[in-house]
Amino acid sequence: MLMTNLESVPGRNVVRHLGLVQGSTVRAKNVGRDIMAGLKNLVGGELKGYTELLQEARQEAMDRLVQQASAVGANAVLNVRFTTSSVAQGAAEMLAYGTAVQLD
Amino acid sequence: MGYSFGRLAERRHYRSILRREAELRRVPVFATRYLPDDRATHAETTLVMGNVVISVDYFKRFLAGLRMLVGGRLKSYETLLDRARREAVLRMQEEARRLGAQSVFNVKFETMSISKGAKNTVGSVEVLAYGSALIVARSLSA
Repeated sequence: MLMTNLESVPGRNVVRHLGLVQGSTVRAKNVGRDIMAGLKNLVGGELKGYTELLQEARQEAMDRLVQQASAVGANAVLNVRFTTSSVAQGAAEMLAYGTAVQLD
Repeated sequence: MGYSFGRLAERRHYRSILRREAELRRVPVFATRYLPDDRATHAETTLVMGNVVISVDYFKRFLAGLRMLVGGRLKSYETLLDRARREAVLRMQEEARRLGAQSVFNVKFETMSISKGAKNTVGSVEVLAYGSALIVARSLSA
């Protein structure tokens, strides 16, 4: 599955337009990482635990996006966008969305 | 204590940012949506991204609290966001370089505050930078 946030793929044509596809996940912070992050919070700097946590969550959102895209018979997703929102205290939603297309 | 450690960490981070920015200048990053014509064919694109979660230290948080009484620039948060954005872009560039890309197009930023509004916590933000890496085949790029 080809993913890009451009509106077209260089050298290839869009044969069919298959509409919007999306993938999302909601994640909560875990306690162990939270304690470490709490300590790190005092001195400032990068919170590696959270960086990884959000990376994993985003990967999952992308996996679901790909799943949905292949379900409608696409071989590429164009114009991919990411957005995040904190749903509740300590939980975040990751959303990835894009246009599913069939390239020649 | 938060003051000295926080300042030390920030200085060290800025030094490392500057060093890596110089190093990664060979992988230019563009915010444009359109590819230059001469590179648009015979190239592959793939999504690359970099993210980072970073927090301010306790002392800066305190300073910002004072500043909020009178309004104006919150310098401690300005540097926080600046560092986070630049770090995220650097990580994206590193991934692009690992994939053998020559440049990254259509870069977008996404910022999320993690502990917004939470009592007794220090503000931390996540910044994600993503874009399309352009990989020109080696034989064609010469």
